Amino acid sequence: MIYAVIVAAALLAGAAILALIRAEKGPSMLDRTVAFDVFTTTLVAAVALEAAWSRRTDTLVLLVVLSLVGFVGSVTISRFAAIEPEDAARVRTREEVEAERLAERAAEEAAVEAEQARREALRAEAARAAEEAAQASDSSEEERP
Amino acid sequence: MSLHPRRRRTKLQWGAIFLLAAVWILLWGDVSWANLLGGLAVGILVTILLPLPPIDFHGRIRPGALLYMLGHFVWDLAVASVHVAALALNFRRKPRGAVVGVQLRNHSDLYLTITAELSTLTPGSLVVEAHRLTGMLYLHVLDIDSYGGAQKVREDTLALEERVLRAFASDAELLEAGLTVRPVLTRIKNGVNGKRGADEPEVTP
Amino acid sequence: MTLDVWLDIVAGTFLVAGAFLSFIAGVGIVHFPDLLARMHAGTKPQVLGMLFMLVGLAVRLRSWSVAGLLLLVILFQMLTAPVGAHMVARAGYRTGKVHAEDLEFDELTEDTERHDGPAPGPTSNRT
Repeated sequence: MIYAVIVAAALLAGAAILALIRAEKGPSMLDRTVAFDVFTTTLVAAVALEAAWSRRTDTLVLLVVLSLVGFVGSVTISRFAAIEPEDAARVRTREEVEAERLAERAAEEAAVEAEQARREALRAEAARAAEEAAQASDSSEEERP
Repeated sequence: MSLHPRRRRTKLQWGAIFLLAAVWILLWGDVSWANLLGGLAVGILVTILLPLPPIDFHGRIRPGALLYMLGHFVWDLAVASVHVAALALNFRRKPRGAVVGVQLRNHSDLYLTITAELSTLTPGSLVVEAHRLTGMLYLHVLDIDSYGGAQKVREDTLALEERVLRAFASDAELLEAGLTVRPVLTRIKNGVNGKRGADEPEVTP
Repeated sequence: MTLDVWLDIVAGTFLVAGAFLSFIAGVGIVHFPDLLARMHAGTKPQVLGMLFMLVGLAVRLRSWSVAGLLLLVILFQMLTAPVGAHMVARAGYRTGKVHAEDLEFDELTEDTERHDGPAPGPTSNRT
């Protein structure tokens, strides 16, 4: 019995690792959902294996519950699955998030600077226009008499 | 919800109640009067508090055909598992799938559901889309070449539908689906048909 | 050898077979090229694998009440697994996760395009 349990446990661990590999690789939300379905069923099998090894019956309730609600997650996700771009279906690394944040901040700062520059230019323009108007009125006043 | 809430409340769905009581007894693990009565009480409570529309079921259950269907299903499940396992372990070639449309013969939601559910679990097929108005099932086949082509998918699915209908449908529904009422499946004939012939008049199409 | 030893051997065989089928499901889900093929790996060897594991467990525990409970687990699993698989496949098809080049032929898209109306398809009758 001990050998059977060891072999079975190794196979289940392999299955769980392979499911996690697929969950990491994606590429889409639904692939990950399928991977986690397989993971859940492997978990049920692992609980059953442990119960068979130690001849306990108190964990069998877990099997009932998991087999009943295991599919709710995948149904929910697929109900709300939307069309997503291919390159967005990936968890970004911390560096990428940081780079994106920096780029966003730089863009914001650039926008603020551009806005300030534009305001200054406008102000200068307005000042120059006022000056020219004053000069023009001056000159017209000078010309009139 | 319903137009006649009072009439709906007074009519108990005994089939669902007995099913829930059976589940209750299985969950408790032993058959006793307390469990039976408790299961019935829970069943009645659940069907009153969380009412569902009754299933549109006019057929009759034929135990022999039902056993044949379940046995065939388990066999199919084993074959499908070996098939998919062989494809998964064959790293030299990638399977080429296909989506095949199958026009079922009956128009009942219940039989469509059972057929779709069983065919999702049996050889190499997966229901992508079911259209209840036209009775079309669209199946994805894992590897169409090793399965034997689209025609074989249709034949197998229709055979599965026939097994489902023989297990659950009434004679009228069988005739409507274009099936003979006396089953031609020899395995059923030997098992149940001899006993059934006495109480059931033969209907000729 | 006593009966108990034999029953344990039977239970162990079932457990190893079930675990092997679960492992196959893991291999398939990594190896298969597209979403729908991966779902095949997820639903089929997996369900039989569960069945084997639970039969092995029932043989090992040798109690009728436990057998009833495990029968319930198998029933629930067989009722719910296709529902989840179908929903994921449908969502994958309708949101364009299934690519035409992965399929040998595709009668659903053909029918949808032919009807061009209230037919089933990736885009229409979405509630």
